[in-house]
This record gives sequence, structure tokens and C-alpha cells, in this order.
Amino acid sequence: MRSLKGANIEPPLALLAELTHRCPLRCPYCSNPLELSRASAELDTATWSRVFDEAAALGVLQVHFSGGEPLVRRDLVELVGHAAKGGLYVNLITSGIQLDADRLALLVEAGLEHVQLSLQDSDPAPGDRIAGLAGAQETKHRVAALVCAAGLPLTVNAVVHRQNLGRLEDIIDLAVTLGADRLEVAHVQYYGWALANRAALLPSREQLDEATAIVEAARARLAGRLVIDYVVPDYYAHWPKSCMGGWGRRFLNVTPSGKVLPCHAAETLPGLRFPTVGEASLAEIWYHSAAFERFRGTAWMAEPCRSCERREIDWGGCRCQAFALTGDAARTDPACALSPDHELLAGARHEAQDATPDFVHRQHSSAPSLLRQLVPQSA
Amino acid sequence: MNTGAPRIEGGAVLRFAPHARFRFDEVRQAWIVLAPERLLLPDEQAVEILRLIDGARDVDAIIDELAGRFDAPRDVIAGDVLPMLQDLVDKKVLRQ
Repeated sequence: MRSLKGANIEPPLALLAELTHRCPLRCPYCSNPLELSRASAELDTATWSRVFDEAAALGVLQVHFSGGEPLVRRDLVELVGHAAKGGLYVNLITSGIQLDADRLALLVEAGLEHVQLSLQDSDPAPGDRIAGLAGAQETKHRVAALVCAAGLPLTVNAVVHRQNLGRLEDIIDLAVTLGADRLEVAHVQYYGWALANRAALLPSREQLDEATAIVEAARARLAGRLVIDYVVPDYYAHWPKSCMGGWGRRFLNVTPSGKVLPCHAAETLPGLRFPTVGEASLAEIWYHSAAFERFRGTAWMAEPCRSCERREIDWGGCRCQAFALTGDAARTDPACALSPDHELLAGARHEAQDATPDFVHRQHSSAPSLLRQLVPQSA
Repeated sequence: MNTGAPRIEGGAVLRFAPHARFRFDEVRQAWIVLAPERLLLPDEQAVEILRLIDGARDVDAIIDELAGRFDAPRDVIAGDVLPMLQDLVDKKVLRQ
């Protein structure tokens, strides 16, 4: 049998399956691209099922059902069942809107192992404002109770930013009340919609330090009850994050229309053609596609990454951030203190100091032109 | 109030949490632990320890077994085993 495996390339650990871009929420930091896929462009049940079979054969161990809101897919139970039968560990990443006890019971029966529930705030009014949906916050209590009653482990994912960091202690307390086993306190990562709304969301240094201290104290106080994972914002970093654990090293992402990406934001990069699941198998794409080869390992690096002793720790940081901020995806991530572009982050922090809390919600159509009007232009 | 994680003691009987999976992966030819949004790739020594988590043996018995198997002082083995098991309890991969 011909081995598809390339030299020194490990199989991926996890697949992010973006089943749809449809979502009842309109969060202004949504990680979906500015150009959202339509329902009519989504992969069908049979194709997703084949993708899960190929993923398991390739060595993928976990699949994260995501979106958009995966619950809007009518075939979600069937897809979960297919992935679980193939040996994949199935996580559901959801806002919880539209989840009821009957559907959850079917998902559990199909093999769902874990639910990650998004949380926009501790208070209903600002929570609903971020979500862009009245009543969104209320559903979190109902859905968390359903998940716990079903015996599934619950992660609460709280995205934090300048407008809700003042309530971080309440957010942590709410996660405990909701029965979470695990809480992700995730500072907004500034790509796509969030980058467009950066000035309204980026916290101050003081807010960040206070938040970090609150998380440290809560970790000690809640040890054994609540596991807290903390994602810090790049804009105050000294070293860049090891984005996705390195390009094409750990993760792959399949978009609603079937493009295979090394990360969910990679489509923003110019000059790369990402194959679809209809064109090649996941294994062929993972081991042999030009797009996955492009930034894999260290050979693509220029200085200061090329000779850096941290080059196999952070893998040059994030390609999408390098491109979004410098216009060149092959440059060192500006989050790195050694980057010649590191000052760009200081400019963004400065811009956020005086900005109003107004943001634009994610939405279909004409987004980029609308955003150009609303995003303050930095000098 | 510092509730703290329950500290495991020698008499504790540990088992994998209901949604943690410890299994052999044919693709990698290696043992793995799968848990909610966590993936652990235990080294050889950790695999030896985890294979003794059977919901019957207590922690003392696991240490005794490994000390005998590797002909090593019991306190040396305990120094490896206890922190690892405590870490997995803290991460909710194992429970008492």
C-alpha cells in the first residue's frame, strides 16, 4: 500500500468541522470570515460523513463540531453519530440557542462526549447586546442545566474584552453556578470581525493585568472544581502564541463549503489555494498540498525567526496576524517583541484608548464596505 | 475560601472520568488519553501507570506494583506517580 505520509510530518490531532456559517447570534468578534458562506453552499450529510471517515483514518482523534451554530444543521445528530462510530471524540461548540432536552438526548445517544457553551457576559443586558439577540443570555442557564442533567462534561467559553472584563469575577462565578467543569477565559483574538471592531474591544494594560490576577486567584480558589484555561491577548504579548501549534502540524479545519485549511482564518491569506474535500482526500491535502506545505516547519522563515532559538516553540507565531497587520504573511508575527513590526500593536492599543464602545455585528453581505466606514483609520 | 483540589492519598481508588478515554491509537501506534478538548500523549512511564488504573487497585497498590516491576525504591516511584495522578485528578481526567 502506498504510504501518503510525508517525511517528518505527524498526523493531525484534531479537526475543526465548521458545519455552517449560519448562526442566530451576531457577535462582533465572530471568528468566521467577513464573507460568510450561504446555506446552499454547505457540504451535504454524505460528504461530511466521508470527511469524518477520512479524518479518523488520517489519525485525527478529536472533532470539534462548530460553525456558525452547528445546531442549525438538521442532520447534526446523524453527523455526530457517524463521527463517533468512526472513533472520533466529538465536541459540540455551541451558543445553546435552539437546544432542547429531546435533541440533546439524541446527540448523547449518538455519541456526543462534551459540550462547549459560549457565554457573552454575566449580565443579560450586555450579553444580549454582544450576541445581537434578545434573550440569548437567558438560554445559557437553561442549556447548561440540560447538559449537566444529561451527564455530559460542560465547558463554558467566555470571550472577554474591554466591555465585559469589569465583570470577570461575576463571569467566573456564573460558570460555577452553571455547573461547568471547565471555563475558558478567552481574550478576543483580533481577526476578521474582531479586527474590524478592535478599537471597541481591546482592553487596556491595566484591565489585562487585573483580569490575569483574577484568573490566577480563581484557579487557586476553585482548584478541583473548575479548570480554568486562559487565553491572553496577543496585543500585550512579549512572545507570540504558537498559533495552532504550528501551521499544518496539529490541526485542520474544514469550512462549510468544504475547503480544507490549516486554521479557520487561513482563507484571509492571499496567494494560497486551499483544496476542497471534493478535490482530494484529507490525507493527500495534509501531507502533500502546497497550501499546507507553505508555512510548515521552519524553512519558510526569514529573520528574526530563522535563527531564533524559539522558532520551534512558537513557529513564528500567527501567519494570519502577520498578514493582517503587515500585509506579508511570511513576516514574523508582530506580537513578537523581536518583530520589526512590533510597534504596530502599540498603535492599536493607543487607538483603542479613546475609541467609543460602538461595534458592528457580524452579518451577511456587504460587510467589508460597511466596515470600512465604521472602522477608525489609524494614522 | 480555598476549597482546594481533593488531595489523593495512598488509599484512594482512581478511575477515569466518564468522558475520558484511554486507548491505543493504531495510526500512531501509541497510547493516548482523550478528554474534553484535551489530548494527552503519555510517555512510556505514564502509560505503565495509567494501565494500572482499573477502578480496583488503590494508589498504594499501584506504587507497590511499579516498585516491584522496576526494582526501584518505593519513594522514588511514589515521587513520580503521585504528582502525575494528582495532575490528572486536577484536570478531571481521573476521579476518586
